[in-house]
Amino acid sequence: MLKAPESHLSTPGFFRVVCLMVMKDLAVETRSKEIVYTTIFFAVSCMLVFAFGFVQEGREIDHVAAGILWVTVTFAGTLALGRTFERERQNETLRAILIAPVDRPAIYVGKFVVLLVLMAAVEVIVVPLVSLMFQVPIFEHSILLVLLLITGTAGFLAVGTLFAAMLVRVKSRGVLLPVVLYPMTIPVIIAGVRGTALLFQPEADLAMAQAWIGMLVFFDTVFITLALWVFEPLMKE
Amino acid sequence: MTLLDFDCVTLSNVSHAYGRRYALKQVSLTCKSGEILGVFGPNGAGKSTFLTLLSTLLDPSSGEIRYGEVAPGVPGAALRARIGLLGHDLHLYPELSARENLEFFARLYGVNDLYQTVDSALKRSGIVDRGHEPISKFSRGMRQRVAIERALMHRPRLVLLDEPFTGLDDVAMRSLSVRLRELRLDGVIIVIATHDLDFSAGFIDRAAILKSGKLVTIETAANKLRSSYEAHIYGGA
Repeated sequence: MLKAPESHLSTPGFFRVVCLMVMKDLAVETRSKEIVYTTIFFAVSCMLVFAFGFVQEGREIDHVAAGILWVTVTFAGTLALGRTFERERQNETLRAILIAPVDRPAIYVGKFVVLLVLMAAVEVIVVPLVSLMFQVPIFEHSILLVLLLITGTAGFLAVGTLFAAMLVRVKSRGVLLPVVLYPMTIPVIIAGVRGTALLFQPEADLAMAQAWIGMLVFFDTVFITLALWVFEPLMKE
Repeated sequence: MTLLDFDCVTLSNVSHAYGRRYALKQVSLTCKSGEILGVFGPNGAGKSTFLTLLSTLLDPSSGEIRYGEVAPGVPGAALRARIGLLGHDLHLYPELSARENLEFFARLYGVNDLYQTVDSALKRSGIVDRGHEPISKFSRGMRQRVAIERALMHRPRLVLLDEPFTGLDDVAMRSLSVRLRELRLDGVIIVIATHDLDFSAGFIDRAAILKSGKLVTIETAANKLRSSYEAHIYGGA
């Protein structure tokens, strides 16, 4: 064995790697604007289709606004998940990142944070659109609504980021991602829809909405912990 | 960071199967410090799998790879810090500039003298004036030169190059071969998978010839490389 050379490397810590991944992905997205534009366009189109389908004479049918909001968020999220990892696959940059001497779960967290930022941009446009199309209040209990959106989106993306990374080398990944993702995230989607519907109804049930937020925090904790635990072994080729 | 170091890489009866198909079968050999090992074979012979296994991105289905006295998986990041990989795809983000790409990977490896290292890498790849331009605007040869510098920037002990001469003109090919000789003098273990027998015969120390995943021979005489290759691959030797 050779004597170890004098170190010219200071391996970055966990949060440093997360920051590097986030800054790199945001820089790439700023140049291409591919994911944010396509995801927003898709989300708005989806919302409009639902709005024309479920609104009759200016009135929505049976309080569907919350459901449509979350269906739009999950569909748009699936698109963003697929494209984010497709970008890493095209030039095999994921391999270059995986071979770097960094904590691999930090790569997962970096991708997760970037996707959260992208989905926040989508929701900033979609939520007011829901309010406009379905005449639902979004400012009355805005803090709870924001908390529901953050925790719900985080739960969905926690699982989605893991699955999208796992499927990045699978040929039929475009089909497989929603097939494996939606059944796993049903509890998150139900909690998001129920909690949001409670805030959108004429007399908001704040206590129950908070309970759903609590449930989403629990799901997020479980999903993120599991993802951090399994990410490294799952990323072996 | 305390760098792990090793003076040889030893494969003992290494096999790897993708499902039922064996990409590599019972390969045993040792690569030593200060050696350039060429890996040759027709398409599908197992050259890329061989490099991927050495890079630790893939675990052997059976057999063992030891880096000096250390088996992979035990030291993890410390071992990966000593490996430089250039894949068939270039591991670069086309939306980012050459400088941004190099800086991102240098930071990921925790290179201490970051700007000096990146400047030096840009100089070596001959694109100092165009370092700020997106990689997507570069020719294949220019991208290849940047990709090679990306793989070598952190001064790895083990350098794995998959078709490093693709897209390079004669001058760049000669320049790379000079660079590889310099690395050899520094005690770096270099493994090159290539189809370019005649050019690489000029600087490799040994040639491992693979056919259908099996190591059919190790050729040490440069002047016999082509005849040995043809005899083993086409002649049924």
